[in-house]
Amino acid sequence: MSEEKPESSGNEPRGPKPRKISPARIGVYAFLIISAIFFTLPLWVMLMTSLKTMPEIRMGYLFNWPQEISFDAWVKAWDTACTGRDCNGLKPGFWNSVKITVPSTILSIVIAAINGYALSFWRFKGSNFFFGLLLFGAFVPYQVVIYPLIIAFREIGIFATLPGIIILHSIFGMPILTLLFRNFFGSLPMDLFKAARIDGAGFWQIFFWIMLPMSVPISIVAVILQVTGIWNDFLFGSVFAGRANMPMTVQLNNIVTTTTGIREYNVNMAATILSAAVPLVVYFVSGKWFVRGIAAGAVKG
Amino acid sequence: MAQRRKKKLGNLQAIIGSIPMISVAVGVYVICIIYSITLSFTSSRLFPKFNFVGLKQYERLWGSPRWQISVENIWLFGFLLIAFTLIVGYLLAVFMDQRIKQEGLFRTIFLYPFAMSLVVTGLVWQWVLDPNLGVQSAMANWGFEWFKFAPLVNPETAIYGVIIAGVWQGTGVTMAILLAGIRGIDEDIWKASKVDGIPAWRTYFSIVLPMMKGAVATAFVLQCVSVVRVYDLIVAITNGGPGIATQMPAVFVIEHISIRQNAGVGMAAATLMLLPIIILLGGRGIIQWRAAKIEKEYEKKMLQASAEVS
Amino acid sequence: MKFTKIKSGASVLASALAISFASITMAAEVEVIHWWTSGGEQAAVSVFADEFDKMGGDKWKDTAIAGGQNSRRVTMQRILGGDPPGAAQFNPGRQYEELIEGDLLLDLTDLAKKEGWAKFIRPGSILTNACIKNGKVWCVPVNIHSWQWGWVSTKVFKDSGIDKIPTNIQDFLKAAPKIKAAGFIPFAIGGENWQHTGAFNVVLVAQLGKEGYYRLFRDKDEEYAKSAEVAKVLETWRELVSYSDAGSAGRNWNDTTNLVITDKAGMQIMGDWAHGEFAVAKKVAGKDYECLIGPSDTPYITTDGDIFLFPKQSDPAVEAAQLKMASMMISKKVQVAFNLAKGSLPVRGDVDMSAVDSCMRKGIKLLEDPKNIIISQGRLLNEDSTGQLNDLFAELSFNPNLSIKDAHERFVSIIENAE
Repeated sequence: MSEEKPESSGNEPRGPKPRKISPARIGVYAFLIISAIFFTLPLWVMLMTSLKTMPEIRMGYLFNWPQEISFDAWVKAWDTACTGRDCNGLKPGFWNSVKITVPSTILSIVIAAINGYALSFWRFKGSNFFFGLLLFGAFVPYQVVIYPLIIAFREIGIFATLPGIIILHSIFGMPILTLLFRNFFGSLPMDLFKAARIDGAGFWQIFFWIMLPMSVPISIVAVILQVTGIWNDFLFGSVFAGRANMPMTVQLNNIVTTTTGIREYNVNMAATILSAAVPLVVYFVSGKWFVRGIAAGAVKG
Repeated sequence: MAQRRKKKLGNLQAIIGSIPMISVAVGVYVICIIYSITLSFTSSRLFPKFNFVGLKQYERLWGSPRWQISVENIWLFGFLLIAFTLIVGYLLAVFMDQRIKQEGLFRTIFLYPFAMSLVVTGLVWQWVLDPNLGVQSAMANWGFEWFKFAPLVNPETAIYGVIIAGVWQGTGVTMAILLAGIRGIDEDIWKASKVDGIPAWRTYFSIVLPMMKGAVATAFVLQCVSVVRVYDLIVAITNGGPGIATQMPAVFVIEHISIRQNAGVGMAAATLMLLPIIILLGGRGIIQWRAAKIEKEYEKKMLQASAEVS
Repeated sequence: MKFTKIKSGASVLASALAISFASITMAAEVEVIHWWTSGGEQAAVSVFADEFDKMGGDKWKDTAIAGGQNSRRVTMQRILGGDPPGAAQFNPGRQYEELIEGDLLLDLTDLAKKEGWAKFIRPGSILTNACIKNGKVWCVPVNIHSWQWGWVSTKVFKDSGIDKIPTNIQDFLKAAPKIKAAGFIPFAIGGENWQHTGAFNVVLVAQLGKEGYYRLFRDKDEEYAKSAEVAKVLETWRELVSYSDAGSAGRNWNDTTNLVITDKAGMQIMGDWAHGEFAVAKKVAGKDYECLIGPSDTPYITTDGDIFLFPKQSDPAVEAAQLKMASMMISKKVQVAFNLAKGSLPVRGDVDMSAVDSCMRKGIKLLEDPKNIIISQGRLLNEDSTGQLNDLFAELSFNPNLSIKDAHERFVSIIENAE
């Protein structure tokens, strides 16, 4: 099953050729449209709520277009929403998430590419055994290792630091990404490698001059996978990032749970959209790549 | 000779390059897990202590109603979430395969929730299902006063509210994986079934579906892993409430290693979380036994290649 | 935080700047983790923060996390990970006993001796029970809170046609159907589990008195736990929560208080920190709202409250700032300003509290006689047992399928195994 390559197959629909209008066609569209409504509603509600004023929200027309569009909630969520005496909104969380996501993505992909390359062309004794262990890791619930990791990070002195959280994300990204790269390099023609070896190129030369340039497409998939995954992480950010590097998801949760008398649903929803914005943009821009990424990451996972 | 030495050198480089992988594989997935399991037999509180108490923490764990509810919840949540995402995901995939217009648009709509974090998912659904201002009041305002839908505030139904949020977030991925599976089926199968006069829907369910075991297994495993890990969603949508109605094992562990200062019980719970994964992987291991054969051939090919080089 | 940043390996330039900056001013930032995020609480914590910043040099670095449990979870995780905050809020009791045993806290004994804390802290038990262990002082108590209060909207009762506001729970239950019929929420409660434990204990004390409370939680008396009297408390509780509204799940305590402030709900049982919310909303005690002590005709009050402890730091400058902060928190002027904002009572017996309103006066009066004081549950039970009770009471409130009999059995079993 891990040998399956959905991306290589045709993208042609296989269903019967449609006749113009038939009850079956109507049924198909009805089902799809109803499903689409279910999937879009929350986004619609988020957007509408964030543009309304509190009095209007209290009237309870959840789905309606706002009577008066107001961006105050957005400004507040980004800039001035408070948790305690800290009234800087989500802004610092956004930059913290950038600080965490960018290096984590790069580091984890570089490591995984080297792993995949070594596993495909330079097998050494036990390399598959370690790879098997790593794959097992893809399934381990984080809670099983989180306590020892806190202790270990304390001993090394990287608990609650930026390098710490970057290393942590690289650790937990490694299983899937390594698999991704191993399968990619495994699908490359062996002759390529042979030729380079005959020319006398070594481990790193082949990696940097031949393999890395060829792995751009798979790297894009990996970047998409990692950026969304790390940006959306909550558990590690809340435990390991430390106060100074608190990512956006954690800050979002803090802002939403902090209330002074009344819950400001419009601010909460604006904050929610802001936190989801980066992965959503990645998703909409990358389109088919995203699908390929999750299919690859998942099929192989 | 020089070539062979170079090959050895290359292997050494490969090992150096694999140090991160080896240290993570051993350090995190062996040592940390053994450490956690060991602690589950001790009376550790906030900090690790190695005074062994046998199975006492496990007795305590199973005596705790909160843990019992967590376990019930994860089974219910897991079963329904996986069933729903697979069934609806497959239906959507089949319907998407009907040469429909705007396939790309539909795909985008079904899949975008997966790009959102579980914290965001939780907060949105908490808001949509709000008893006073959510979908219930919107419907009442439109004159459907009989419409009652606020599952999150009732401990009987709260877990179903969480499941709805989970289905919303995860169905699109299943659909994408299964659609890729459907499109991966050989064109000839379709031609053959058409010649035999088998209706399309039957082809989908009794011919195509069995042929894409791989894609189904993938979607299944993907959902299983996300079920066992479910933490963020609970924290954001109900925080385990009302009461303790939506507690989950993952939340239980985090609570016990921090605020309840009872790492022994927490690690006992974590150890039990590992069990279903081991069973699942064991089952998969048997399936992959066959894949290992292919692997062997690949290895042979590689050995040949390097032999030719030197 | 200039000092601690160095250890995390910032760039050479940054550390050089930090060192030169630090050597000039010897200033340190002290990070304070607390859960004071509601309106009234914010006003109170600002008294601390502003005063500390005004003293010059050192800075108060605020880390507010909504919800006591969330906040303590973060503190514990960070202490476990070796990244302790400069100061952390706790409730007096056993939440931090392992931190003392593990020698992770700054010893405040010398400061306490120098300033003579034992002389002015009242009642003395606050210091001895909560902060002193093995003859040393480990924390600073900052206020006295008690749980035993009912907050009542006068307007709701008037509009429901009830002339006399009930003063005990039994009378309230008789009035509740009328309030409900008039379209109000009779009994407001939120969703967090601690709200349920707290309010449940209030009902328990009101019904079983001081003696019954001690037999359960101090003596862990199984036989008594099994008695019909205890079952009766569970029943009363269930009846009470049946008068709450559908929105209660997941609601914060202060949003719940807001229902009383805005005359949507009749009564909320909540500690006197709710008082700060009424103050922020500019409501007048005795006119807009009533505070029922007990709510019982023979009231007892617990002396809960908040304490701050100061995890050990490697940097001497931070340590000096920590001691300065501890001293500031308990100083006369700050105690008055802080507690007026917070709606709590000062821990000092020697300050002028003439500015207090009728509610706080009731509390101060009751506090004068030690017979009226009971030790809070948090000091009698450890966090694990308290957590189990939290789970039980919250389930009792929200899960109608949990029968009184089963709940009672579970209660007995928790008491039996309590530590």
